[in-house]
Amino acid sequence: MLEVTRLHVFYGRAHILADVALSVDKGEVVALLGRNGAGKSTTLKSVIGLLRPADGEIRFDGEPIAGQPSHVICRKGIGYVPEERRVFSDLTVLENLEVGRQAPRTGLPSWTTDRLFDLFPNLAELRTRPAGRMSGGEQQMLTIARTLMGNPRAVLLDEPSEGLAPVIVEQMAATITELKRAGLTVLLSEQNLRFATRVADRAYIIEKGRIRYEGTMDALMADESVRSAYLTV
Amino acid sequence: MGFYIVQVLTGLSSAAALFLVASGLSIIFGVTRVVNLAHGSFYMLGAYIAYSLIDLFGRGGLGFWGGIVLAAVAVGMIGAIVEVLILRRVYQAPELFQLVATFGVILVIQDIALLVWGAEDLVGHRAPGLTGAVDIMGTPLPAYDLALIAISPVVLAGLWLLFNRTRWGTLVRAATQDREMVGALGVNQAWLFTGTFFLGSMLAGLGGAVQLPKGGADLLMDFNVIAAAFVVVVVGGMGSIFGAFLAAVLIAELNAFGILVFPEITLVLMFLVMAVVLIFRPWGLLGSPEAPGQKGQQGPPEQPLRPAPVRVQMAGVAVVGFLALLPVVAGPFALVLTVDILIFALFAVSLHFIMGPGGMVSFGHAAYFGGGAYGAALLIHYANSNMESAMALGPVLAAVLALVFGWFCVRLSGVYLAMLTLAFAQVAWSVVFQWNDVTGGDDGLLYIVKSAWADTAQSWVPFYLLTAVLCLSAMLFLRRVLFSPFGYAMRACRDSELRSHAIGINVLEQRWLAFTLSGVAAGVAGSLYVFSKGSAFPDYMSIPLSFDALIMVLLGGVKTLLGPIVGAVTFTWIQDEISRFEYWRFFLGLAIILLVIAFPQGIAGFGRRYLGPWFGIRAEEAQ
Repeated sequence: MLEVTRLHVFYGRAHILADVALSVDKGEVVALLGRNGAGKSTTLKSVIGLLRPADGEIRFDGEPIAGQPSHVICRKGIGYVPEERRVFSDLTVLENLEVGRQAPRTGLPSWTTDRLFDLFPNLAELRTRPAGRMSGGEQQMLTIARTLMGNPRAVLLDEPSEGLAPVIVEQMAATITELKRAGLTVLLSEQNLRFATRVADRAYIIEKGRIRYEGTMDALMADESVRSAYLTV
Repeated sequence: MGFYIVQVLTGLSSAAALFLVASGLSIIFGVTRVVNLAHGSFYMLGAYIAYSLIDLFGRGGLGFWGGIVLAAVAVGMIGAIVEVLILRRVYQAPELFQLVATFGVILVIQDIALLVWGAEDLVGHRAPGLTGAVDIMGTPLPAYDLALIAISPVVLAGLWLLFNRTRWGTLVRAATQDREMVGALGVNQAWLFTGTFFLGSMLAGLGGAVQLPKGGADLLMDFNVIAAAFVVVVVGGMGSIFGAFLAAVLIAELNAFGILVFPEITLVLMFLVMAVVLIFRPWGLLGSPEAPGQKGQQGPPEQPLRPAPVRVQMAGVAVVGFLALLPVVAGPFALVLTVDILIFALFAVSLHFIMGPGGMVSFGHAAYFGGGAYGAALLIHYANSNMESAMALGPVLAAVLALVFGWFCVRLSGVYLAMLTLAFAQVAWSVVFQWNDVTGGDDGLLYIVKSAWADTAQSWVPFYLLTAVLCLSAMLFLRRVLFSPFGYAMRACRDSELRSHAIGINVLEQRWLAFTLSGVAAGVAGSLYVFSKGSAFPDYMSIPLSFDALIMVLLGGVKTLLGPIVGAVTFTWIQDEISRFEYWRFFLGLAIILLVIAFPQGIAGFGRRYLGPWFGIRAEEAQ
């Protein structure tokens, strides 16, 4: 469903991504693992169009999307949940959801605020609270809900477990499982291996802007040498 | 008692136009981050177009109010067209670059207005049914003032509903906080920006149209209102509509009463209010601090500065050689033009010094240029000083101004800092303009004679050589400073205030000294200028001259050290060529707009990219 080949990205003079390739099948949850600064966020930002790749192809449903403006890519059905959450802090929860709202897609049940409040019961209590006055966990739930309002077919989650309390991390894992059950395709970046094993089917490991490993989550868990080479600090 | 009530009401009524213009400016800046210098021109167009429409429709109630509303809509469309045709092409350029394009729009609109409506001031039509006066406890108040008083709250309420009760308004507020994220959520920013420009320009047009019965329409409205609008936006807090309303009322009331107590102060009062507010509330009355890097406008990191490669140095030597030989081959006209170019190159370099490597944008750099000019002129007039000592001591006045103004300015950052520099420059200008006894006011100080050896009545060569030596040395000195520890510390403060603090740099002091040094260099340029022209006028401190310097720096390329020089040469030369034509402003404005679209990285940025490798600038840095 999502296919990235030969992706090269520069930031100023720095070569951040070199020849990155990965693919995600429909309905799959794939984790992009790596240490800080390995190029995880850059990969996701390139897919959604916030960064312009210098070279390479990105295809969504076979259609090339590399270099297109982010709103066009989003409307094709890719949702993006940024690492820093980036909620609109002066806007209320309901208004944040409104910003994310896009027309329903044929063939998919569309997300409504009611359905999202079922998925994230905490948010239901906070409808009119400005997003800037919510806890980090609540903000993380809100960004995911906001992205779902666009009725995406695939979601990019940038480090969904980062900086969250353990109990919220649990909720986050349950949420991702719920999204998979709803038929969504998920590509998430993670540093937290344990979290990734709970939710992902397959994994890629990225280091210094290059993909170093590709395999099922089970295979990765069985391969101690790969994990110690690229993941443990 | 009645008199004071009327005074309050008069203040409220003059707040209306101010609020309308300022709210439009604030909305446009909030969403698009474009500092729209042409906003005053939209205000002016609103007045002119309303005048013509009311003429066309007849002066009945429907004709009058219909004309005003349609004029506002027409100006909104003009704003949208400017956004689509010009600004949309340069959003990717470095921050503030877009204001160069809006400056071009100012010039184009000035000449179109001159062509269509003529140079005569137009007296506005009176509002039907509101031509008389209302008696308030024995004091008359024009009835139209009551209509003006009613307009602001109505527009304020309308804007509140628009921003809080519609999807479009919600998207605009979201984009004000993080426009990149709004795009990633599937919203086409292009149309959001165009819509914002339509709304903001429409408000400016409405402001111009509603004040027509009171103030009429004239060709100076654009610059007259723009400074006031900036002050209102900054005092109220960027992006806060309610803040703009509050600030407009505050300033209009202070004006209404200030004029009773101390009539001379009115020109300065507004800027003093702004200075005081920003010192105590650096983000305006109702604004909130700007979080750096949250607007999606970070761009690539700043490139390190490198000493010039050998070939660039050789090119520099060639330019000096050319300047030295110029008197042999060129006539006096070319020398006079080159004197102007050299002086403005130094002026632009001094501004770039704080704007580029210093990270402090000044919208009022003419204050220090004019400071040097008046410093020298006053010495000649009142101290019987000779040219040499006046030229040497003139910049001291610029230094004093820069020290005093800078102390306040360096405490702010970003657009707030820029606006405060504009406010101080306007204070300095007002003092010079109004203090007739000392500065000669609008008539200026004449007969600033040169020493006998540099007398240009005989030959321009000695004065030309003096200018060339002084300007080139000053520019090389500023360049040398950038590569000294002082320059490193200055760039460190720009790149990260926090880390600079942590490694023991006194950030405020560092920025203050840099600001002052830049002011002195501008003062040197000013004191040369006053002798080259033989007179000093308040224009040397005025907003248009500050904007000229800004245009030179941005047009040349703020990210390169040669940028300001290239910009000054291009701008001064084009202006000299074009100003011989009738309607030269139109063509100068058009030329600026085309340059902006052709060279979004600035002219020097463009040259660096394509010629850089040949000159030995590393390819990856030339990009």
